[in-house]
Amino acid sequence: MSGTPHPTFKKHRSFRQRLFEPPAVGKMSLVANLVAWAILLFWSLFVLFPIYWVVITAFKDAVTVNNGPFFIPFVDFQPTLKGWIAQFATDPYCDAYSIGRQLVLLLNNLFAFIVSPVVKIERMEPQICKVYLAYTNSFVISFGATALCIAVGSMAAYALARISYKPKFGNIVVFVLLALSAIVASNYFDVHWAISGSAGLALFFLLARSLGRRFKTTLGNNDILFWIVSQRILPPIVVIIPVYMMFQSVRMIDTHLALIIVYAVANLPIVVWLMHDFFANLPIELEESAQLDGSSRFEIFWDIVLPLTRPGLAATTLLTLILNWNEYLFAIFLTTARALTMPIMVAAKNTGERGILWWEMCAIIMIMILPVIIMAIVLQRYIAKGVLLGAVKG
Amino acid sequence: MSEVTATSQPGISPAGLSRGESWGEWLDRHSRTFFIAPAVTLVLLFAIFPTFYTVVFAISHVRFSATGLKFRTVWLENFASQFTGNQQVHFLGRFTSMSIAGWVFTLVIAGALLWWLYRAVARGTSRVGLAGRLISAAMAMFIALLFSATLLSGNQWGTLLNTLFYVVVGCSIQFAIGLMLAFLCSQPVIGKNFFRVLFFIPLMITPLGVGYAFKMILDVTKGPFQPFWQFVGLGNWAWSTDAWAARWFIILGDSWQWIPFIFIVLLAALENVPKDHVEAAQVDGASSFQIFREITWPQILPVAATVMLIRMIEAFKIVDLPNIMTSGGPGIATESMTLHSLFLWRANNMGDSAAVAYLLLILTVVVCSSFFNYVVVKRLRKARA
Repeated sequence: MSGTPHPTFKKHRSFRQRLFEPPAVGKMSLVANLVAWAILLFWSLFVLFPIYWVVITAFKDAVTVNNGPFFIPFVDFQPTLKGWIAQFATDPYCDAYSIGRQLVLLLNNLFAFIVSPVVKIERMEPQICKVYLAYTNSFVISFGATALCIAVGSMAAYALARISYKPKFGNIVVFVLLALSAIVASNYFDVHWAISGSAGLALFFLLARSLGRRFKTTLGNNDILFWIVSQRILPPIVVIIPVYMMFQSVRMIDTHLALIIVYAVANLPIVVWLMHDFFANLPIELEESAQLDGSSRFEIFWDIVLPLTRPGLAATTLLTLILNWNEYLFAIFLTTARALTMPIMVAAKNTGERGILWWEMCAIIMIMILPVIIMAIVLQRYIAKGVLLGAVKG
Repeated sequence: MSEVTATSQPGISPAGLSRGESWGEWLDRHSRTFFIAPAVTLVLLFAIFPTFYTVVFAISHVRFSATGLKFRTVWLENFASQFTGNQQVHFLGRFTSMSIAGWVFTLVIAGALLWWLYRAVARGTSRVGLAGRLISAAMAMFIALLFSATLLSGNQWGTLLNTLFYVVVGCSIQFAIGLMLAFLCSQPVIGKNFFRVLFFIPLMITPLGVGYAFKMILDVTKGPFQPFWQFVGLGNWAWSTDAWAARWFIILGDSWQWIPFIFIVLLAALENVPKDHVEAAQVDGASSFQIFREITWPQILPVAATVMLIRMIEAFKIVDLPNIMTSGGPGIATESMTLHSLFLWRANNMGDSAAVAYLLLILTVVVCSSFFNYVVVKRLRKARA
């Protein structure tokens, strides 16, 4: 280091230096600060304006929407609740009784579904206006899919981080060949899919046990991880036609369960990817000592590992929940009336003889995005820090 | 050696309960399987199996009958009709003779690709590497040729280039703006925590809602910018009838939604850059731009490459925005490949729908794995070394 102090950091600075040069290390000069502020403010306006416009349009009516733009409520135009009332007033069954009945119906049908292998309980038919139906459906489906996805995904991620797997490459080839022949048999030789499928599966287990001993090439955990994560590349449109056919053949089109399964599979790669990172970074000593104490793997997973990764788990859950809430393409294919989700319901508002009624549309969009915005603002810190960077670096 | 063989347990039957074993112990002994089996089963059943099954649709003419679907195998006819047959205009675009600019562009790209392959051979790349490079180069050549024959020759292009337009142009813009905002927010600006929360919000909003919001805002007669459109003399202009305006407005909506994603990841990466390096450079009198280029950029490059890969993968699936804002119109000017496939499915043309879906899969896999192999892996390796 030379003896003379850097000219930037001397006490008395000229006007030019005050403007353009930072006062100290780790600070910004006045002009740089102003420019940065100008850009950030401009971007804030760009981010906020569409949201602001949706919010104020939800409180307009036909006159204030069609007679040119009005910007400021109470000054430019008088806000009304017409758009909101229209959501609930036009359909029948939008009263408190119907809402209460819908909740009972959800519980009853869930119970009926759970016990259906044992006892047959009559399912209740939904009798409620579309908004509530879509809203409750969206809640049931996105929470159900998130729960399934997190449960299955975090178990797989933990296993891939801690247990070493060595699947034989030959067995995988056998599986693919058998799956293909099952497809060919059921499609071109009129074999029922249940028969060809179960025959293929039985043959696979038989061959894997006998022939599998001879195969030498094995794959490792990283291959399995890459395989699961790479499923995210698969565009949903590629799988949707056969998935539609599969659900149709077991009469599950337009049910909650179909959407729950499909959403869970679509988001499984993300969950496995993110959670694998959290599990791999845990110190292994705790688990080893628990194992020495005689705990089973399930106990270790449930009592030790999951509580330790709680922040990551929360963030992953939230991300999955939001992705499920916003899903559109699968829902177009797999719902018609009963399992209608919020995005489909909103998209259906598009078709009107008088064009789109923007005040109604904006009201329903607000109803749709309110839960995710609240979650986003409350928990954005977790998502940003906990999840994305860790995974992207790994 | 003998100890090891003694402690390994022979004689446990691979399945079923052993003598004196409880169900809990049995479950624990097979926990290896139970932990991973549900995930693998779900992926096999709802991702891998349908992917194979789509081939059956893609190589057939599918017809509805009283007993169900009837498949008539036509092998590659569905694919051929996308490239040369009645779907050509829809999928690739309209062709006339190639313009001079088209020829020049094609030759430049061909030369660059040949040089790239030559360098790979000269460096002694492995056979697998060469095969991969050949596939990437073939895809790049095809896209370049298509680009020259449509846009550069004054013709309309189809859904393939629409999708690539959303991916390449959209992702580049989003990356540039996201990086700039992240850089600004990583500087000691007053109130950066407030901006961080604010800029994050659009990512969470349902894409469908974004589509409607932008459709409404960009309305020239009732939207908020109506005075502006009047002022520039476009008061009666319907942007949804102008192909390029419609495409750019879809990119606008897409960017509004996805810049936050790139912003938030890059911001976290920028904050992980060691402060002392930056401050040392500041004391030495380096300008902000020099500091960014020499110190910060190399350190965030691996994260930047990865976040772009993720963004690209998602961008290939774009469907909500074009469907809501323009329904793919005017004509097919804003139709993405997913939307193309969806429309074919609605028209009960399942064979062509599956073929387009498969072509999208091939395009996505080739482009994304090229990006991964030639951009991301190199950066990650450099960062680890």
